[in-house]
Amino acid sequence: MMPTFLMCPPDYYGIEYEINPWMDRRRPADPVSAEKQWRALYGRLTTKLGATVELLSPVRGLPDLIFTANAGLVAGTKFIRSNFRFPQRQREIPVFETWFKERSYQILPLPAAACFEGEGDALPVGKTLFAGYRMRSDIQSHQTIAGILGCEVLSLELVDPRFYHLDTCFCPLDDRTALYFPEAFDTYGRKVIETSVPEPIPVAREDALRFGCNAIVVGTDVVLHAGCDELNRDLRRRGFTVHELDLSEFHKAGGSAKCLVLRLN
Amino acid sequence: MSKEKPLPTETVELHGHIIDSLTLPKVLDEVMNYGGTFEIIEIVIGHRREDPSRARVRVSAPAQEILDTILSRIKQLGAVPAVEEDAVLVPADRDGAFPESFYCTTNLQTFVRCRDRWLEVARPEMDCGILVNPDLKRAATIPIHLVKKGDRIVVGHQGIRVTPLERSPERNVFEFMASSVSSEKPKGIVIREVSAQIRAAKKEGGRVMVVAGPAVVHTGAGTHLEQLIESGWVDVLFAGNALAVHDIEQALYGTSLGIYLEKGIPAKEGHEHHMRAINTIRRAGGIRPAVERGILKSGIMAACVRKGIEFVLAGSIRDDGPLPEVMTDMVMAQDALRKVLPGVSVCVMIATMLHSIAAGNLLPASVKLVCVDINPAVVTKLTDRGSFQAIGLVTDVEPFLRELRTNLSG
Repeated sequence: MMPTFLMCPPDYYGIEYEINPWMDRRRPADPVSAEKQWRALYGRLTTKLGATVELLSPVRGLPDLIFTANAGLVAGTKFIRSNFRFPQRQREIPVFETWFKERSYQILPLPAAACFEGEGDALPVGKTLFAGYRMRSDIQSHQTIAGILGCEVLSLELVDPRFYHLDTCFCPLDDRTALYFPEAFDTYGRKVIETSVPEPIPVAREDALRFGCNAIVVGTDVVLHAGCDELNRDLRRRGFTVHELDLSEFHKAGGSAKCLVLRLN
Repeated sequence: MSKEKPLPTETVELHGHIIDSLTLPKVLDEVMNYGGTFEIIEIVIGHRREDPSRARVRVSAPAQEILDTILSRIKQLGAVPAVEEDAVLVPADRDGAFPESFYCTTNLQTFVRCRDRWLEVARPEMDCGILVNPDLKRAATIPIHLVKKGDRIVVGHQGIRVTPLERSPERNVFEFMASSVSSEKPKGIVIREVSAQIRAAKKEGGRVMVVAGPAVVHTGAGTHLEQLIESGWVDVLFAGNALAVHDIEQALYGTSLGIYLEKGIPAKEGHEHHMRAINTIRRAGGIRPAVERGILKSGIMAACVRKGIEFVLAGSIRDDGPLPEVMTDMVMAQDALRKVLPGVSVCVMIATMLHSIAAGNLLPASVKLVCVDINPAVVTKLTDRGSFQAIGLVTDVEPFLRELRTNLSG
């Protein structure tokens, strides 16, 4: 099935606060360059790969709204709404909620005490949902999600603040295969990935730090930031087509390709 | 009963796919890493892959600060404090029976939660109920037959905490010998250690109980036990009719079941000696009056009376006589034994299976047990019965008691 994604144009994108080690207000984003990079990604997904992309209107004062992956988790007509860890991003909640409500999604909020940052921390491999916790999401949210989805949720503790969301260090490629950066997990997490993902592919540190794991997968096409050479070779050897794009403007906020899209189907 | 304070403890709960995601082992590892200990109270594992599992884990630490550190760390892993609730108390609806679903005790130190306070249950004993006083400030074990209508009895497992025995990091005979029972053990070392434990117990104000069978007399070891009693090493004696009868037979006739212990040959009409001994004591009105009147001058029982040692004699259906002090109502005998147990910290069980089991049933797990028998099966059976601190020694009882006497007189 050809995927449908939700994206948000970077009209108001910028480094206005610091909530992860990548963000530095002294290193602002270039709006023109960001716009160009975002357009290139949008174009690659729609024109080149044939994916459908729906758009969320940008909102002034919500610079991270472009990272739609963190809006929540979509399952059919259900939308499990995120509870952001930081107040700066909590203001995005009503915007996402309105968008999904208008399209008749059933909004499923999680208990307020449990943080959860959507697809940023929850990615399926086959019938199992892999979920990250500690940096942005709380493990307590995982069981509520397991209950809603009726699937197994394997919780993975994230131990490196640079890889603060699961989608920065873990990327399912298909029902059997996933990229992962071992050092972002503790020994338990690594063991869980290595035993529960039939074909786990470790990613080298250099490529992981270039957000190589933050890739968008459309069938056998993989879209990711340019320069992850070793990873690209590995992916091509396994029969994937790699699409390299410059997404450096978004790295300044700690995000890359995958952070910019939310899977809707 | 242990005087030690309970360790700072908290019960936590974990839900979810805690097995496949290794969250449970991770939580347990973290508890250990920070210097705590844990006990899994309950674990329910989901049947299908998508079914969540659930675990209740009791976490203890040497100090409250360490426990707080552990709890704050494992909370990040999803282990949240379980809501502690008071124990459920139900008034007994009749005499001599517990309410349905009564909490059945172990022989371990136990606490019961009443009005948000943990009360230590007095007199730990297995297979009893827990009686809570009307003021909800005291709790104690209660055997089934002593229950009176209206007694407040604990039902279910809520609000109950059982403290497992801590194993000493120091390796001692009660640990390295505890694993199995074998006739191949170096007996000299074990008996020396048993002597050391008896000395230590006495020094700390503990009491030593001996449970003895008639083989003590048959094998000629009666004199050793008599000496141990005379020297003040024994505080409580628990035995059956036979030990007392054969001891008295020996004191009065020099025979045990008609055999001269000195010569090993049968006495003429010796088979009557034990009945004549019983008759003499019954005519005197009991062991105690017989000693007081100078009829019975030597032997184990005479030593007990002279030294003022508490003894409980519990009979059986095959008994001759029995002697007047022998209790034939077993429930009454159990109660009599319960009365003499407080303060006992070492129990030496020699050559009797049923009386040893009876004593083992009533003793708290904190009491160190020494089981001595010529039959390995008896020793295994006794050491397997619930006490974590039991050692078994397969040997003839005479050399055991001789060496114990030598060690303790040194």
